[in-house]
Amino acid sequence: MTQSPLTRNIQGNGPTDILAYEASGGYLAARDNIGKADPADLLQLIKDSNLLGRGGAGFPTGMKWSFVPPADGNGHRYLVANADEMEPGTFKDRLIMENDPHQLIEGMLLSAYTLAADVGYIFIRAEYHLAIARIRSAISEAEQKCYLGDRILGSKYSFHLQVHISAGRYICGEETALLNSLEGKRATPRAKPPFPQVSGLWGRPTIVNNVETLCNIPHIVNHGANWFKSLGKGDNAGTKLFGASGRVKNPGCWELPMGTSIREILEVHAGGMQDGYMLKGFLPGGASTDFLTPDHLDLPMEYEAIQKAGSRMGTGLMVVLDDRACPVGMIANLEKFFARESCGFCTPCREGLPWVQGILDKIEAGHGQAADLEVLERQALFIGAIGNTHCAHAPGAMEPLVSGLKYFRSEFEQHIHDGRCPYAGES
Amino acid sequence: MKSELINALSRAEIDAIEAEITHLPDRKSAAIDALKIVQSQRGWISDDSLSAIAKLLNMSAAELDGIATFYNLIFRHPVGEQVILFCDSVSCWLMNGEKVCSKLQRTLGIQHGETTADGQYTLLPVTCLGDCDHAPAMMVGESLHHDLTVDNIEAIFK
Amino acid sequence: MPTIKVDNQKLVVKDGDNLLQALLSAGIDIPYFCWHPAMGSIGACRQCAVVQYAGEDDTRGRIVMSCMTAVTDQARFSVATQSADQFRKSVIENLMLNHPHDCPVCEEGGECHLQDMTVMSGHSVRHYEGKKTTYRNQYLGPFIGHEMNRCITCYRCVRYYQDHAGGHDLNAFGSRDRVFFGRVESGLLESEFAGNLVEVCPTGVFTDKTFSKHYTRKWDLQSSPTICQGCSLGCNTYTSERYGQLRRVQNRYHHQVNGYFLCDRGRFGAQFVNAESRIRQAGIRNSQGLYDATELKTAIGIARSIISNASTIKGIGSPRASLESNQALRELVGQNNYSNGMTEVEQAMLQKIIDVLRSPIPTPSMMQTEQCDAVLVLGEDVTNFAPRLALSLRQATQNRAKTLALGVHIPLWHDAAVREIGQSDRSPLVIVTPTEDRLDEVASHVLRLAPDNIALLGDEICHAIKDEDNGTASDNVSSVAREIAGLLKQATKPLIVAGTSLQHPGILQAALNIAITLNQQNISAGFFACASESNSLGVAMLDNQHSISDIMAEQPETLVVLENDLQRRLGDRFDASLAGIKHLIVLDHLDNPTVSVSTLVLPAATFAEAEGTYVNNEGRAQRSFATFNPAGDITPSYELLDQLRSVKRHIDEIHHVIANSIPTLAGIVAAAPAASFRIEGAKIARMTHRASGRTAIDANISVHEPTPPMDDDSPLVYSMEGQHEQAPANLRAYSWAPGWNSNQSNHKFQQEVGGSERTGDPGILVLTGGGEIKTGDVTLTHRRLVPELHIFGSDELTNSAADLATLVTAPYLRMHGTTAQSLGVVQDDGVSFEVNKQRFSFAVIVDDSMPADSLAYPLIPATVVLTNLDDIQLSKAESWTKAPASGQRMITTDRSQ
Ligand SMILES: Cc1cc2nc3c(=O)[nH]c(=O)nc-3n(C[C@H](O)[C@H](O)[C@H](O)COP(=O)(O)O)c2cc1C
Ligand code: SF4
Ligand code: FES
Repeated sequence: MTQSPLTRNIQGNGPTDILAYEASGGYLAARDNIGKADPADLLQLIKDSNLLGRGGAGFPTGMKWSFVPPADGNGHRYLVANADEMEPGTFKDRLIMENDPHQLIEGMLLSAYTLAADVGYIFIRAEYHLAIARIRSAISEAEQKCYLGDRILGSKYSFHLQVHISAGRYICGEETALLNSLEGKRATPRAKPPFPQVSGLWGRPTIVNNVETLCNIPHIVNHGANWFKSLGKGDNAGTKLFGASGRVKNPGCWELPMGTSIREILEVHAGGMQDGYMLKGFLPGGASTDFLTPDHLDLPMEYEAIQKAGSRMGTGLMVVLDDRACPVGMIANLEKFFARESCGFCTPCREGLPWVQGILDKIEAGHGQAADLEVLERQALFIGAIGNTHCAHAPGAMEPLVSGLKYFRSEFEQHIHDGRCPYAGES
Repeated sequence: MKSELINALSRAEIDAIEAEITHLPDRKSAAIDALKIVQSQRGWISDDSLSAIAKLLNMSAAELDGIATFYNLIFRHPVGEQVILFCDSVSCWLMNGEKVCSKLQRTLGIQHGETTADGQYTLLPVTCLGDCDHAPAMMVGESLHHDLTVDNIEAIFK
Repeated sequence: MPTIKVDNQKLVVKDGDNLLQALLSAGIDIPYFCWHPAMGSIGACRQCAVVQYAGEDDTRGRIVMSCMTAVTDQARFSVATQSADQFRKSVIENLMLNHPHDCPVCEEGGECHLQDMTVMSGHSVRHYEGKKTTYRNQYLGPFIGHEMNRCITCYRCVRYYQDHAGGHDLNAFGSRDRVFFGRVESGLLESEFAGNLVEVCPTGVFTDKTFSKHYTRKWDLQSSPTICQGCSLGCNTYTSERYGQLRRVQNRYHHQVNGYFLCDRGRFGAQFVNAESRIRQAGIRNSQGLYDATELKTAIGIARSIISNASTIKGIGSPRASLESNQALRELVGQNNYSNGMTEVEQAMLQKIIDVLRSPIPTPSMMQTEQCDAVLVLGEDVTNFAPRLALSLRQATQNRAKTLALGVHIPLWHDAAVREIGQSDRSPLVIVTPTEDRLDEVASHVLRLAPDNIALLGDEICHAIKDEDNGTASDNVSSVAREIAGLLKQATKPLIVAGTSLQHPGILQAALNIAITLNQQNISAGFFACASESNSLGVAMLDNQHSISDIMAEQPETLVVLENDLQRRLGDRFDASLAGIKHLIVLDHLDNPTVSVSTLVLPAATFAEAEGTYVNNEGRAQRSFATFNPAGDITPSYELLDQLRSVKRHIDEIHHVIANSIPTLAGIVAAAPAASFRIEGAKIARMTHRASGRTAIDANISVHEPTPPMDDDSPLVYSMEGQHEQAPANLRAYSWAPGWNSNQSNHKFQQEVGGSERTGDPGILVLTGGGEIKTGDVTLTHRRLVPELHIFGSDELTNSAADLATLVTAPYLRMHGTTAQSLGVVQDDGVSFEVNKQRFSFAVIVDDSMPADSLAYPLIPATVVLTNLDDIQLSKAESWTKAPASGQRMITTDRSQ
């Protein structure tokens, strides 16, 4: 039994077609279960597996699914794969979609069956041209083999899967903004409750899951909850796609047991820092997670431990800050991104982020004043808490800022004191 | 620059849009798909295209434009034959992306949001292209270019 | 009723409310922007933040938006705690980053919700040093100004305009910190309810352009509570004046009638008071046939002698004049010589409406129609005849969404979620009219029928409700009728809407029959009747004995006409009818064809200059108070008429005369307090406490402080000295409360947010119960000509409002393609016809949605000859005025400057 189920077909020599996928045990779970298994049992299985959503928040998938009301026969029920992957520093879903698209399709099929969903969408960002092409051809292969469409594999169950190509904007990754976008509207997030499970796409019950989350489903169905739990380290279930970018020797993305230590990921898999560079800090899971420092290297990469350390595991793909890059500049870059990607709906985010960005740019350019740090701190407090804003975008934006002010405060002060960026000229 | 071919929508565009609508519960839901279909033919969404699509979808131009102007990949201004999406997110920034981009700007003689005089390229910044392990990265048309440096960027446009 | 704890104070709140509503209802001030009492919550602005605690032991709590928080029993909140206070300050500080510091030149200044909320939140020191975002403004038509730089992105405008009013041409464009609210391109805002943007916008982005032209700060306006003169619905308005000119009209909240919104005819049409064509002096026709302006005293003297020497004298009153003026005329000429100024047809229809209002059939108020879950509109182009009702019927179609929402525990104030779950699933709305109506788009069924066929379909529906097979209707008609009957029977609160616009008694009767039949089957179906003018019902109740024709038939030697243009009523018969009259005495506000043929004209005060009582379509008698004392000889009609018989009496005496002689109108005395009403010895002030310069207002004439004009007739004074926010709702002259300078102060006067006024809903329902009603026969008219109503142009007075007049359509004839073909004409050709030996040429609009057997003409002054004709002989014309743009009746966008 493979210990890297998600990437078992990914050897870097092209995508897996349906025959190869089947040969590696693909669609076995589908054949064994569609029309045969009791969806309630499958739901229980996913609950038992302790699978946590891989989209960033780590919410238990089984619990999320259990909020879907029983089918009322009054219209469609939807399953949506969140393949928007725009979190800076994140490149895991693309890996799967380009190289093993059938894995996602089978995952969606089994999930949809469990949820009694009859229509599925893969919401994918437009820049992923290759992934789009491969998913599309995989869908038509699957349709031909009766894994998708009407009366799947001769059962009474039908599931239609469509690809929706986004028109841009990071906020589309937020699941309710994504739903609005799928409905052809402005991608403004929705207020929850009601949750998508109750009123999602076109007001109907809907589940949104991350690509990686969905890809775990066939393996859990095939091998059981206990097997899945055994994959992770400690109390953590499953494997996870981890990765690193920045000035490491071997940037990339690897499937490793959940709970693998940060040190192992950075030093073994990423090969440590490039020569001449030292590790100064890192964002553990994308742009909207708090900085951690070399002091945190021995933490296991799993949701709880990282949360305790004052950050979030997020997408699990780390962005590494080296000693020759300016932390103020890096945070300014991050806040420029967040300000630009604000949907413009709620005040703290729409007005607050550009102000923060402006101050950071000013400090980085050497025009900062001591009072600017107070404003940054006040704004961070104002924007930063979940609930202060309409969605999690702006609070996410404050994570690197607040932690940056904590760990790199002296650098901010030096910029202001010297009237210049001490890293100017470095690279 | 691609000029506006014809004012009204072509048969092919209408067919493609109608095909999208069949997957959706109502016509308006196809708004983004329709904009993308027309943009793929004409490069951008002119006021005339906007009105024509709106009509086809049974919505007003204002309703459609509210959607069109929300998304960064719907162009409401003419763009070059190819759009260069240059990643300006954090991993690329860490890997010297800004300097590479400045070099590109000098090479092409345009800033962000501008189109080269020959109408070949429009340069736009984009959020993380998901190619961070090969940063800096950019997308020219539909092809991804990565591991960019100040030294290799010029060659791509030769 | 849940009990909540707010800063250690226990509050019993209403189940289903959100916390913001609950706090405001309890009198606790809390700032907000994006929430609106009529539109619910979306949680965009984050201004209404409070802290919610998890339980008794929680000391930190967390920030929640009060507008998005349901009140649950035992929940604990704090408004005052430091973190909540600081958060709200930060919201304002951030909203202010890009807001210009242009309050001194901003028209919102002094009644700005943003100013109020800034003060309330306590933000006062600026830390932001960056540049402000700027935008280009758009031309949005003659009514609404646009100043985007002032926008705080609360999304209220689009939510109102699109979601509430159903407009399609205003939207939010762009994203992040550059969201633009406007149109795709400059041009007239299409919605008939666009004017409400002025009040919905919490800053000065959308402003009243008609007001801008002669702008005055709110605190310098003199205002009074008035009743809109635009149609029969009787919307409550505040009318404001400065320097003898009507400056603007605003919505005056009424829980039962107009709620928070007006239509654009009501808001902008009242500018007729300032029209060039206003009659400001008495006039007497001289021997050359011209008018000599005459001093009022002299003119009254001459009129008195005409009257005393007349062998026969008759009077024609008016459904657009007050009850008091009509009564005064009635007393002047004698009951037997008085007509209320309507045709027999209209009088008979109004009698029917009165009968139903007195019957046990439920007759909901306009706001109550919003609760109806199936609506049948028979024959009324609501949007153009009783415009404000169209806005309410639109809300009624949302009831389906509300039911679905409640089914999954979505609270009804959660606006976006209710709309999401509802999608395009609407409560049934069936529209049966001869021509297009903007409500069609939210209707479940639209039927375009000729008036007679509308009546017949109504009859058929009635049979279908009774499960009878009438046998006369075609299969098609009876299956449609069965479907509609089914919808009405399934509903819990069905509503039938009908009225007088097509002047077709058969339609009204058929609609009534439906309502009666449903009620007989124990389905509580409501009936909502639309009448033509602001006092149609009132004068019909006052005296419905003689029609205009009855009066004219007797060829009186002297005729007194009160505020009524007889040409509009008589059409082609106008000239002939007046031929035998020797002395025609006319009292009116504006020049019109009747005034033009008068021998003596007296300058009558408008609603803005005279007190008056009007009975609206639901039988609600409402008092309107003079806003200002007009300069010169302009005088209220009731006073002029009393002077003609040398009587001087107080208006309250007229109320008593009416009440004593007409039992059904006895209630009007109590419609508003009498002139003797005082609060702590003081009358109600029309001016604000801060009115500046009242004492110097005439300094260009004399530096001595003028004595304010006396107002013995009403409990209001022309002064800032008096009671202000203590005034009862029916006397309040403007909406203001301490800390609440904008119209958002409404909630300070309500029993609960969006509820009745604490002092009671203004006006009094005079027609309640007691009567009986039976079904009747449906008669047909065999009329081919159908009037097509226009919100701008079809009403007599508002036509003269300068800015509104620019939107009145050119005359046309709308016909089905087959009719056009038989005449050999196409779209944009012209047709001509002859009436009274006079030739008219109108443009052709070909419209295949029309019933083939009808010809529609716009009801505007230029088409008045068609008023009473059943048919005309058409031929192709040589020259004509161009058809309205694109042949569409709906306002199109190409009217840009
Ligand atoms: C601003 C923002 C952007 C997000 N972008 C993504 C994304 O690109 N991909 C993704 O899977 N989840 C994204 N999420 C998380 C989703 O909202 C959602 O939680 C996730 O798709 C749920 O999937 P899971 O339960 O399988 O983790 C984003 C959240 C926020 C607040
Ligand atoms: S925090 Fe507010 S403005 Fe920002 S993306 Fe979310 S909803 Fe939009
Ligand atoms: S009023 Fe509550 S968020 Fe705007």
